[in-house]
Amino acid sequence: MWTDPAILEWIFILVKIIVIFGLVLSIVPYTVLAERRICAWIQDRVGPNRVGFQGLLQPIADALKLMLKEDMLSNHVHKVVFTLAPALVFMPSLMVLAVIPWGSAIGPMTCVLSDMNAGMLFALAVASFSVYGIALAGWASNSKYPFLGGMRSAAQMISYEVCLGLSLVPLFMQTGSLNLSAIVEYQTQHGWLMLYHPVACFIFITSLFAECNRTPFDLPEAEQELVSGYNIEYSSLKFGLFFLGEYANMLVASALVTTLFLGGWSLPFAPFNAPATVIWVGLAHVGIFVAKVCAMLFLFIWVRWTVPRFRYDQLMALGWKVFFPLALVNIVVVAVIMACRANL
Amino acid sequence: MAWSPQAEGDRMIINLGPQHPSTHGVLRVILELDGEEITRLWPDIGYLHRGDEKIAENMTYQQFLPYTDRLDYLAPLANNVAYAYAVEKLLGVEVPPRCHVIRVICCELSRIASHLLGLGCYAMDVGAMTVFLYCMREREKIMDLFETLSGARFTSSYIRIGGLANDLPPEFVPGVRAFLAELPAGVAEIDGLLTRNRIFVDRTRDIAVLSREQAINLGMTGPNLRASGVDWDLRRAHPYSAYPDFEFEVPLGSVGDCYDRFLVRLEEVRQSRSIVLQALDRLPAGPWYVDDGKVFLPPKTDVLTRMEPLIHQFMLITEGINAPPGEIYFSAENPKGELGFMIISRGGGVPHRLKIRAPSFVNLQALSVMAVGHLLSDMTAILGSLDFVMGECDR
Repeated sequence: MWTDPAILEWIFILVKIIVIFGLVLSIVPYTVLAERRICAWIQDRVGPNRVGFQGLLQPIADALKLMLKEDMLSNHVHKVVFTLAPALVFMPSLMVLAVIPWGSAIGPMTCVLSDMNAGMLFALAVASFSVYGIALAGWASNSKYPFLGGMRSAAQMISYEVCLGLSLVPLFMQTGSLNLSAIVEYQTQHGWLMLYHPVACFIFITSLFAECNRTPFDLPEAEQELVSGYNIEYSSLKFGLFFLGEYANMLVASALVTTLFLGGWSLPFAPFNAPATVIWVGLAHVGIFVAKVCAMLFLFIWVRWTVPRFRYDQLMALGWKVFFPLALVNIVVVAVIMACRANL
Repeated sequence: MAWSPQAEGDRMIINLGPQHPSTHGVLRVILELDGEEITRLWPDIGYLHRGDEKIAENMTYQQFLPYTDRLDYLAPLANNVAYAYAVEKLLGVEVPPRCHVIRVICCELSRIASHLLGLGCYAMDVGAMTVFLYCMREREKIMDLFETLSGARFTSSYIRIGGLANDLPPEFVPGVRAFLAELPAGVAEIDGLLTRNRIFVDRTRDIAVLSREQAINLGMTGPNLRASGVDWDLRRAHPYSAYPDFEFEVPLGSVGDCYDRFLVRLEEVRQSRSIVLQALDRLPAGPWYVDDGKVFLPPKTDVLTRMEPLIHQFMLITEGINAPPGEIYFSAENPKGELGFMIISRGGGVPHRLKIRAPSFVNLQALSVMAVGHLLSDMTAILGSLDFVMGECDR
């Protein structure tokens, strides 16, 4: 009875939801650990290595500590918005992951929760939601430093959202699809899109740094200026959700870069350059995808501990005066090249 | 007393410090912001006031020396040295050459330590955390060296009036040489991460420009003054200690912005290294204290076996050095600027009045001139580039 295709479909969906949740909730805490260890390594320190073997239980200890903290709700905050904001930061990242293919197929199950035709549009639309969380957190805290953080983040995200979308247009022109699975399959046949569109790739990754509030664009929280920005008034699990959300956003960003520019689950040789027909190749595809995401996460961490932070106006200038025109020119250039190719 | 400045129009008052991570201790600055632009500001100091000058009036000259450790606590030995020379000037005592050279070594190592920390905090304030850790790593080696001198890493009180606490321990000179051999690599790392880093340059160049005239009028001293292009270094302008014997350059800035203040400090680290190297090469042998029982404690063996040293010991401990009446001012080129001691003596072992001219206090005056018109983010760069210590400012 369970081989009935309709029922099987439901089982697959459940499995995929569990896998995505599992991936996020396990990778994110360990990204935090990795960040602390890598940062310590870059800075000639040791880092957290005491809780469990090489500090592997540190994330659990951190999570427990956060849960046991008192959940403070000051009198001056706007309570509904204040409580809602952390969830608004965290949820979009999970929703974006639904359209990202994290493998080709394991047996009869395709490795993407929702194979949406306008997948990329959906991802961009949903990803921008997290700015509401941060801006609202800053506003609802009713306090000056968080307010400045919230304002900064709103301005920053709006500026970089534009570049983020525009930088991807050449990709859609070349692949002719907004479906992420289709984009990955295009790359299995034609090679990674990063090689075709280095400029777009650069703008996209840089804008993602801004979207994720990572150094050099971590202005909304700018520890040395705004002390911690939008999340000053938060404690306990609400703060934990912000924290989780930040790293989940980083994970999603890495997954997007992997999917759009780095060939997703594929490698440019057989048997990894075509959708899997046997189970072990399918599993290997998932592994390849995770490995690429981890490499991207490493890049995020590496940059953070290497460069200083931009100033607010410099960041805006970079977004509007450099990346925005660059992305537009890039579109025109790609269009011209494509037109020439088609006519020759 | 509650003092709360009012914002004009729809501007916002924001309170920076005294527990803000980039105010380096307990400086409080009240800012009036228009958006993120600073329109007015009121520095509020005194959170670390301990009444050092009053304390000095109630104890002997030697007893006050450990208090000078706590002025600019990032360069305690340099403060000790400046204070010791001030008292020696009052007493009319000249220490032997070996003592001079050892004091120079202590001062310059302190300068390196202080500048490393200053540069590190500065870098951290503009967001480059890693540079801070690199600076701290190098500074840690100096702390270890200071530990061999007197047993204390931070508030070492190694200097005595008329000499030193003890001669250099045998492991000190090789230790300093080893450290100086490693230092250029560490400095090059800081240099490589910041000097031509586009983000860092954008954050600091043309920020808080202080012209020559402004810097002089505000009474700035030290690297902050030299960054504005004023060639004024007390080690050369009013030579003291063994400084005339050493060759070193006084780096000058051209613009007087935050970037110049960074460059000047970085170069001073290199120059200090060269001074210490010269000093180690020319470290004279001989006594390291004034052989005068009325100024410097006689050796313990003599105290236990001979009458005169015993009396000297007793008098120095109970009444202090018997200073002549008079007024003197002595200032030394400390890492933060001109640290001056004005002593008014009416005779006896206790100063009638001791005034400390703290460079951080004077340098902080420039804050309102520098910061107005810049953004909130620049505030951290400005505070970092001023490199002040509240222990010294509030005294």
